[in-house]
Amino acid sequence: MLAFLIRRVLQTIPTVLAVVLLVFVLFSVVPGSIVSSMSDDSDPQVELRMKKQLGLDQPVYMRFGTYIAGLATGDFGTSFRTREPVTTMIAKRAWPTLQLIFASMAFAILLGVPLGFVAALRPGSLVDTVSMMLAVSGLSLAKFWLGLLLMYLFALKLGWLPSFGYGDGSLRYLILPAVTLGVSPMALLARTTRAAVLEIMTADFVRTARSKGMSETRVVKWHVMRNALVLTLTTMGLQFGALMGQAVVVEKLFSWPGIGSLLVDSVLQRDIPAVQGSILVVVMFFLAINLLIDMLYGVIDPRIRYA
Amino acid sequence: MFKTIAIVAGLGLALAATAEAQTPRKGGTIRMTAPYGSSFTSLDIHTTQRAQDEIYAKALHRSLYIWNSAEGKPVLELAKESVVSGGGLVHTFKLRDDAYFHSGRKMTADDVIWSYNRIMDGSKAYPGARYVRVIEGAAAVEKGQAKEISGLKKIDDFTIEMKLTEKVDPGFYFFTALTSIYPADEAAKESFIQKPIGLGPFKFVEHVPGSRIVLERWDRFYKPGKPYADKIVVSVMGEAAARDVAFRNKEIDTSVLGPAQYVAYQSDADLKGTIVEVAEVFTRYMGMNPAVKPFSDKRVRQAINYAIDTDLIINKLVKGKAYRATSWLPLTSPAYDKAMKPYPFDPAKAKQLLTEAGYASGFEFEWTTSQNESWGLPIVSAVIPMLDKVGIKAKVKQVETAVLAEVVRTGDYQAFIYSQASGPDPQAALKCFHSATPQAACNYTTYKNPDFDKILDEAGQADDPTKRIQLMQKANALLYEEAPVWFFNYNKAVMAVQPWLKGIQLNATELTHQNVEDLWVDETSPAK
Repeated sequence: MLAFLIRRVLQTIPTVLAVVLLVFVLFSVVPGSIVSSMSDDSDPQVELRMKKQLGLDQPVYMRFGTYIAGLATGDFGTSFRTREPVTTMIAKRAWPTLQLIFASMAFAILLGVPLGFVAALRPGSLVDTVSMMLAVSGLSLAKFWLGLLLMYLFALKLGWLPSFGYGDGSLRYLILPAVTLGVSPMALLARTTRAAVLEIMTADFVRTARSKGMSETRVVKWHVMRNALVLTLTTMGLQFGALMGQAVVVEKLFSWPGIGSLLVDSVLQRDIPAVQGSILVVVMFFLAINLLIDMLYGVIDPRIRYA
Repeated sequence: MFKTIAIVAGLGLALAATAEAQTPRKGGTIRMTAPYGSSFTSLDIHTTQRAQDEIYAKALHRSLYIWNSAEGKPVLELAKESVVSGGGLVHTFKLRDDAYFHSGRKMTADDVIWSYNRIMDGSKAYPGARYVRVIEGAAAVEKGQAKEISGLKKIDDFTIEMKLTEKVDPGFYFFTALTSIYPADEAAKESFIQKPIGLGPFKFVEHVPGSRIVLERWDRFYKPGKPYADKIVVSVMGEAAARDVAFRNKEIDTSVLGPAQYVAYQSDADLKGTIVEVAEVFTRYMGMNPAVKPFSDKRVRQAINYAIDTDLIINKLVKGKAYRATSWLPLTSPAYDKAMKPYPFDPAKAKQLLTEAGYASGFEFEWTTSQNESWGLPIVSAVIPMLDKVGIKAKVKQVETAVLAEVVRTGDYQAFIYSQASGPDPQAALKCFHSATPQAACNYTTYKNPDFDKILDEAGQADDPTKRIQLMQKANALLYEEAPVWFFNYNKAVMAVQPWLKGIQLNATELTHQNVEDLWVDETSPAK
């Protein structure tokens, strides 16, 4: 297990380096620069001084080398715009983003997985039809529109929840953004679970279990659920990572203080260290979640070995 | 007799009630919104020129001058008086001796000098440098040729002498938060950016990045009895639709309205009364590159102004949320000439001018635009068929707003559509068309006209304010005739304000920038 963990962590290094390189090169070639956007009537001499101060007077490969060396020591650089360490900027926003993502996934898992199970256990029934209609709708709804709809209903019409903001970080501020973000993975999980359960229900080992006289409840609990969860877990892992990217829209809509809004503003302002830092955190989160999922496979299905 | 007494008593009560309604109430929370992005850039207001950041900075910081919306001009704020000498170039400011930073220390002349020197640190490219540069010796500091601004002298702790490079009203240069006065000692510390200290009516409490800034009343603020409110919360709300729900739900006190919401609020009986609007000092236009042959001919530029049905676009596309431009200087400019009339929509005249210029069969050009709904792609898309009718074909080149800003500064365009500050100082606004002004500064169309330069230089030297205004109007009229741009519109800023929030000022420089010490909420505010 430990060897597996170490090997997987080492495997992430090339991925992280590739992402860093890609972002670095991309922001070196896209038009628009921090120097011109910060002061729109600077003297060329002043622009040169500023470039020197920010290290932008050096060739791209040297800047990349300096950045990588910094990363190795946990230094994500300093924001061009705010002059704050990028790690500090990210640290301020990491907790709200994690709150939002975990709450969204909790909503998605708690609703989507049982919905998929119920639908699969009664295929073609009214429950199945309604569940899958909900799932398809959930996948099709644009987050922006859904968020507005929820705001309108639960804040303006019913007055149950605040329509925006972080407040004191309490649950009532979290519910609407989390549901908005969680509907799409919930729908996907419901569909994936249903498909997985339906497939397993017709598998030979399930037929054997039934023919041995095992009750349907035991068949579902011991054979179907465990095997279906392995498939569902993959979707969960991918969705967890994807939510980091999708959170941008929801954070902006609900004035939620996450990494997504930091990323958007940093891109628009050409604050390269902040962009790189934010993307790096998103990628590392994605990799960490997928590593965790790989480890969970073994817990759910002991046949899976960490070879 | 009783009837008379009753009427008099009733009138008295009514008057008393009115007086009470107008008496500012102490306490409460003002909940403003920052609508121009998904976060504040920085808590160091010297580093950021976004309108978004100045919203909170107006509560936290103070500059030498402040914008007085009622008078439509900057007035002294951190100084009690200023004496002009040296042929209009030397200004001696008597600073307030009752202005305290939020750390409890009294502001002195050293803080002013330190702040302006900081802004001129060229290696940091502080955006306020463009204003401080008007002080003699400031440019040398910016270029690293001097350590201190030679034109700034401390006479005593509360007197400062400022020598300018040209005869201008320094009020227009030192009223924005970009030139805020910082406490020299505290601002040098690294912790300042996390917990900023200012001279404003509210002190910093909390910043939740991407969500809000909270400030509370500074009891030692120098204006007696002010501020009225206990607390200000500025929430970041970049999405207009979300602001709309929050405003209707009474969760926020102010909301900037876009064209679509402007129409919706106007037609809603409950919301119509919440609208406040002002002509902001921004002119929207299509700039033409004179180095591109057709545009070097004045007749072609005039033809474009005649060929476009500008009123139709303002009414249908911008939903009336703009004022038709009649030249460069906007309605709220002190030098605006009411007698000026816009170019009429006259395609036949446009055709005639094009024929005279040798373009009877038209020409083609590339039009660089952003996606902005009020002065970007939707407008360009509406104009293209109008130009097509007189034989001019436009190809769209769409870029990001940040890129467009660079494009106009570097001249890498044939034509572009943009929104540019055209005030509040008319002299500075017109100077953007002076041949001595570099393209990178603000002469984006590299306009050159010796007659225009002469009139503007003369205006700069004029001591008589009336003559000065007349000369600027003359320069503005010349611009209209020369048509270096298609004069599109002046922005109409529109904000919805809850009925319990009082004291909103119609700030033509930016409606969201309020002198918050004058704002107050009555007892009907739902905020605690």
